[in-house]
Amino acid sequence: MTKDVTLSITDRDGQTHIVEAPTDMAMNLMEVVRSYELAPEGTIGICGGMAMCASCQCYIESDTKLPEMAPDEEAMLAEAFHVKDNSRLGCQIPISEDLEGLKVELAPEE
Amino acid sequence: MISTDILIIGAGPTGLFAVFEAGLLKLKCHIIDALPQPGGQLAELYPKKPIYDIPGYPEVLAGDLVDNLMEQIKPFEPGFTLGEKAKDIEKQDDGSFIVTTDEGTKHHTKIIAIAGGLGSFEPRKPPIDNIANFEKNGVEYMVKDPEKFRDKSVVIAGGGDSALDWSIFLADVASEVTLIHRRNEFRGALESVDRVKELKDMGKIKLITPAEVVGLGGETKLDSITVRKNNNPEEDFKLETDYFIPLFGLSPKLGPIADWGLEIEKNAIKVDNTLDYQTNIPGIYAIGDVNIYPGKLKLILCGFHEATLMCQSAYQKIHPDKRYVMKYTTVGGVTGFDGSKKEAPKAVVKSID
Repeated sequence: MTKDVTLSITDRDGQTHIVEAPTDMAMNLMEVVRSYELAPEGTIGICGGMAMCASCQCYIESDTKLPEMAPDEEAMLAEAFHVKDNSRLGCQIPISEDLEGLKVELAPEE
Repeated sequence: MISTDILIIGAGPTGLFAVFEAGLLKLKCHIIDALPQPGGQLAELYPKKPIYDIPGYPEVLAGDLVDNLMEQIKPFEPGFTLGEKAKDIEKQDDGSFIVTTDEGTKHHTKIIAIAGGLGSFEPRKPPIDNIANFEKNGVEYMVKDPEKFRDKSVVIAGGGDSALDWSIFLADVASEVTLIHRRNEFRGALESVDRVKELKDMGKIKLITPAEVVGLGGETKLDSITVRKNNNPEEDFKLETDYFIPLFGLSPKLGPIADWGLEIEKNAIKVDNTLDYQTNIPGIYAIGDVNIYPGKLKLILCGFHEATLMCQSAYQKIHPDKRYVMKYTTVGGVTGFDGSKKEAPKAVVKSID
């Protein structure tokens, strides 16, 4: 049986949630946030997960090893607002066992 | 005034297909969309991306699906008000509605079908404190009339196609064009990137990268901007300019429809999914991604279904006393308002001697 990973997600109101995310459902971080309704529908994952909006931008707060950024994620972040050095797009981070203990904070809504 | 049976707000796949289903019932449709072209998200965000869950299409490009829908609804001659946003609504005594756009175009309709997807696409505004003070006073989020910038100095910010293309275009119109982007790399068509480089080498475009506009100055009208280079506040400098045009793409907002008195939940419009996708206001329906009901899925194929049921209900509302039963297109064919008729070829009945 594949294992769930435990993630810490701080929502846009500053509330931190410890959530379990499945590693076998081809989910990404943006979808985990939506499945737990940690941000209102319509304010996250607007483009559906194509790295074409920045509504799922988050700040990575742990030193968890993440997959490299693809050029389209990099380009989108170059046009997003509130970007920091530790910004990533949640939709481009697949949930895998490597993510155990990941801590993220959702970036403000644009 | 434009007059129609069903006014559809949103020219995405759901709105377009509603024209077809309405046409089969001999109802005429008119569509309003904030974007200058039909297709909604499919045309604006991902025309070249494939979709795999349209029944009967193992794979179809979003742009091709829009082209096909436009072809399919052509016989029903829908009207279009493009590049305008539905803004105000007035209910008439006879139950009909008058919908006015932000440009003042008026539409008189018996039924409204909101197929607005995620909302109307609006320019993304950079979070600079006093930017709102300078809107229409030096800050423009889109280039509507390039002549406005003739012999003026212009600063464009952004790294995508529109920032590149307008920099190129305005290089021949404005007295001075400066393009500012957070990175050295631009995301756009290769020829646009090359052309900007040429114009930069010719001294017709000034390029500042990696940099960001962080402040705006001026009394009532914009006269300068503050540029931050290399993300380092110590390198901030002022640049005089007549216009600042931030081009950071578009993002969808529900917009003025949110104030029409419709029941809204989770940024979507609540509808009756047990029957006909009507909203809390009789005569106004919401179909496709813009609506919400228990078990809602934001899928194109669900939008098609919702559009179909909505049209049946609209028909009964418009013609309460007329008898009607649903007909298969294979049996009844498709008779367009343009006089065209498509129908299945008749079977050949012939004896074998």
